[in-house]
Amino acid sequence: MDKIAVIIPAYNEETSIAAVVADVHKASKESGLHYWPVVVNDCSKDRTGQIIAALECTAIQLPINLGIGGAVQTGFKYALLNGYTHAVQVDGDGQHPPGELKKLYQKMKAEGIDVMIGSRFVEGEGRGFQSSLMRRLGINYFKRLNKLLVGVVVHDSTSGLRMHNAKALQVVGDYYPDEYPEPEAVILYVKNGLKIGEVQVEMLERQGGVSSIDGVRSVYFMAKVTMAVLFTFIRLTFR
Amino acid sequence: MPIIQILAIAASLLFLLYIGRQIIKGKLREEYSFVWIFSTIVLLIFSFWRDGLEIVAHALGVYQAPNLVFTAAIFIILVYLLHLSKVASRLHQQNKTLSQELALLKEKVEKNSKETAN
Repeated sequence: MDKIAVIIPAYNEETSIAAVVADVHKASKESGLHYWPVVVNDCSKDRTGQIIAALECTAIQLPINLGIGGAVQTGFKYALLNGYTHAVQVDGDGQHPPGELKKLYQKMKAEGIDVMIGSRFVEGEGRGFQSSLMRRLGINYFKRLNKLLVGVVVHDSTSGLRMHNAKALQVVGDYYPDEYPEPEAVILYVKNGLKIGEVQVEMLERQGGVSSIDGVRSVYFMAKVTMAVLFTFIRLTFR
Repeated sequence: MPIIQILAIAASLLFLLYIGRQIIKGKLREEYSFVWIFSTIVLLIFSFWRDGLEIVAHALGVYQAPNLVFTAAIFIILVYLLHLSKVASRLHQQNKTLSQELALLKEKVEKNSKETAN
């Protein structure tokens, strides 16, 4: 049976992390699929590290704060080294219900897809948590930018809920962006010949913690990611 | 010899001495010291050779000698800053890889010691 590593990057998530890990085990039982939680503590300042050490999961404790991309990549590397066939990122704040993972897995197996993205917007206005207007404008912008550069439409390019198979894990284990990695990773997938799929999922509003993107930072986010997307595109096109 | 010239020569020599000491104590790597030694030697040359600046500026077609100093200095500083940004980027990448490897190893060791304890 396929072994699926559920990578949970956690930075100061002491209030929600235990529930997320429990949800993964519950989803594993319900779906009959083999999920295993791999929590990557990105050098949290709160008690996240102690909490995950006592939970039934793989606890990876980063000695310095690497940012979301570096933490998730640590999980990818773990999955590669430990014989997992798939790895999926699930946020530590409870935004991604593990019950939805089965949809990703089944669709990627059925259609021979390498990276399956859980999306809020595939079927037009979906149900569940839809995010703010500003955030949606940004998502739309990256959709157009990615389409222009690599000709692939990803409706929810900032969604972190992504399942990778072993072939895709080789790519992201080798290089993965540090900050705001999701839109840039789309370029990475396409340029490495990976097939991308998208499936409608329901997301929840965060249960704890604060968003990493707000106000002034959203301007920085747009500029930084646009630069990263363009440079990754140029680098991989002319290598 | 005017006071400013003596001061300039003394300052340059002291700076050169300081760089040398830092290298000897292992606080400054040789590859980063070249640019400092080179600029100090240039300063030293022009401290002794007072007319030098006017002559060089005139030869290059610069009317105001101090402008040559500013232009050249700013250009060299910018290039060196870019170099330092590159060094910082490389260190950042190495740091990231190291801490990932360390965290993965730590996990493995802890799992092993738990298994042997049971």
